[in-house]
Amino acid sequence: MEQRSAIYTDEKLIKKLLEDKDITIEDALDNEMVINMGPQHPATHGVLRLVLRLDGETVLSAVPELGYLHRGYEKMAEEMSYIEFIPHTDRLDYTGTMCNNVAYVLAVEKLLGIEAPKRAQYIRMMIAELSRLAAHMIAIGTYAMDVGAVTMVMWTFREREKIQEIFDRLAGARFTTSYTRIGGVASDADSVTIKMVRDFLDQFHSALDEMDKLLLGNKIFIDRLEGIGVLSKEDAIALGVTGPNLRASGVAYDVRRAKPYLFYNEMDFNIPTYTDGDCLARYWLRGDEVRESVKILYQILDKMPQGEILANEPKHTLAHKAEIYTKMEELIHDFMIINYGINPPVGDVFSSAENPKGELGFYIVSNGSGHPWKMKIRSPSFCNLQAITNLCKGAMISDVVAIIGSLDPVMGEADK
Amino acid sequence: MDMKEIIVEKLKKNFGEFVQEVTDFRNDLSITIASNKIVDVSKFLKEDPELEFVMCKDVTAIDWATRKNRFTVVYHIYSFKNNYFLRLKSNIVEETPAIDSVTSVWPSSNWYERETFDMYGIVFKNHPDLRRMYMPEGFQYHPLRKEFPVLGIPGSLPLPEKI
Repeated sequence: MEQRSAIYTDEKLIKKLLEDKDITIEDALDNEMVINMGPQHPATHGVLRLVLRLDGETVLSAVPELGYLHRGYEKMAEEMSYIEFIPHTDRLDYTGTMCNNVAYVLAVEKLLGIEAPKRAQYIRMMIAELSRLAAHMIAIGTYAMDVGAVTMVMWTFREREKIQEIFDRLAGARFTTSYTRIGGVASDADSVTIKMVRDFLDQFHSALDEMDKLLLGNKIFIDRLEGIGVLSKEDAIALGVTGPNLRASGVAYDVRRAKPYLFYNEMDFNIPTYTDGDCLARYWLRGDEVRESVKILYQILDKMPQGEILANEPKHTLAHKAEIYTKMEELIHDFMIINYGINPPVGDVFSSAENPKGELGFYIVSNGSGHPWKMKIRSPSFCNLQAITNLCKGAMISDVVAIIGSLDPVMGEADK
Repeated sequence: MDMKEIIVEKLKKNFGEFVQEVTDFRNDLSITIASNKIVDVSKFLKEDPELEFVMCKDVTAIDWATRKNRFTVVYHIYSFKNNYFLRLKSNIVEETPAIDSVTSVWPSSNWYERETFDMYGIVFKNHPDLRRMYMPEGFQYHPLRKEFPVLGIPGSLPLPEKI
């Protein structure tokens, strides 16, 4: 007790605080007020902290504070081998883990100059799209929940659960999948998995329509989002916004189309764009993207080739455990890769992939040793969050929740 | 003419000896620029009607530890018009590492430069708001420098005391 009262040593101040009982509600509204939203606020999708300066209910300025989930992955990456870092990519954007796995191994493969077999690339494409569905399901669900439509989150999580069951069968884990390997994928997708994906897609259409019906008829939902947090095309480009948020502002930029990786150039899909750039457009856009992903997934299932799932690059890819235990060559290579690493040539590459949140890029500098000399993660959530100061200026305090939800940041990725 | 040749030729024509090195590894073009010219080059690349590198995707740095020019600041920029991606580099020395900020050209570099300052201690001159991005305000070190241990430095982060 003594310790606490020690803060108020100024006796005059204590006296004033005790006497000043005439504060009315008008005083609070007349003056500017600074409030602290987060880091432990349910609508901040993790540990985002916003310091808001308010005039009544209007936001005069907003300053985001990051770093509450900073784990130093870039530092850790410098001390571990390329293979060891794969599980850590799960923890970046933890809503769409497979997309991160794929983006990372693609960057390492670009550095090594190797390519995975066609079947492995198709499986990667399949899981990346499934993961995009899962991530958008969370994005839509929590977004609707933030602005008051709580039923939505139950419905989207129901669908997400089915995707995670597919991941469980494929990777052995529902959430932290770590499924891709340098030069391929960890395990083959058997016919049961393919059937699970197809069954899921067949019933997914009606589920999506149901969700749309739920929100389209909801006047409160539409009113809370329409015309709120408008991000113009120029601002979006200037602030480095990517992904659905950029496309909702009218820029048809998608890495899958701009710089096709895997086999996206063989897929037939549209890039949905909206010109409004408000919170509602960002909601619509995610719904449209989900439908495009479903379209891509059907094509992948139809075109899925047979063949190997791991590249024939013994110096760079880890062989299957069964081979290591029975064959001498594989044992030697396994020993060398685990102890000395995969040693890519000296150089630096930047490789990016279209993630549910935007463009996830890995900039890797190699000095020829078994671990990266430097690895920079260009995380989309971090870059998208930069727009929040602009969007919140002049908005009402209840709009801030909608704006954060519409930008859909994941703090695991923003803080790295 | 190939996009690579156009960019290199234009830069060499306008900036001459300030273009120090051009490398092409795995089809990623990267151009090293003298550190005092970085804002001029950025402005040129953004405003040239044929190039229009309007988006800055990333700013970071590399700590080379033993080289004479210890740090390299790396910019990743993108042109929607040509669908082309370019990397700019600039070498700076270890004593009082500083470089001009490009926030006046690309507003998005604001946070990227803050992050680089936080992690490497590189001062970006004329930056509007150069605070630490991730680490707490009072933190003394720059974690991504090579001399900083992975396990951290005991006592560098104040923890709540037991009552």
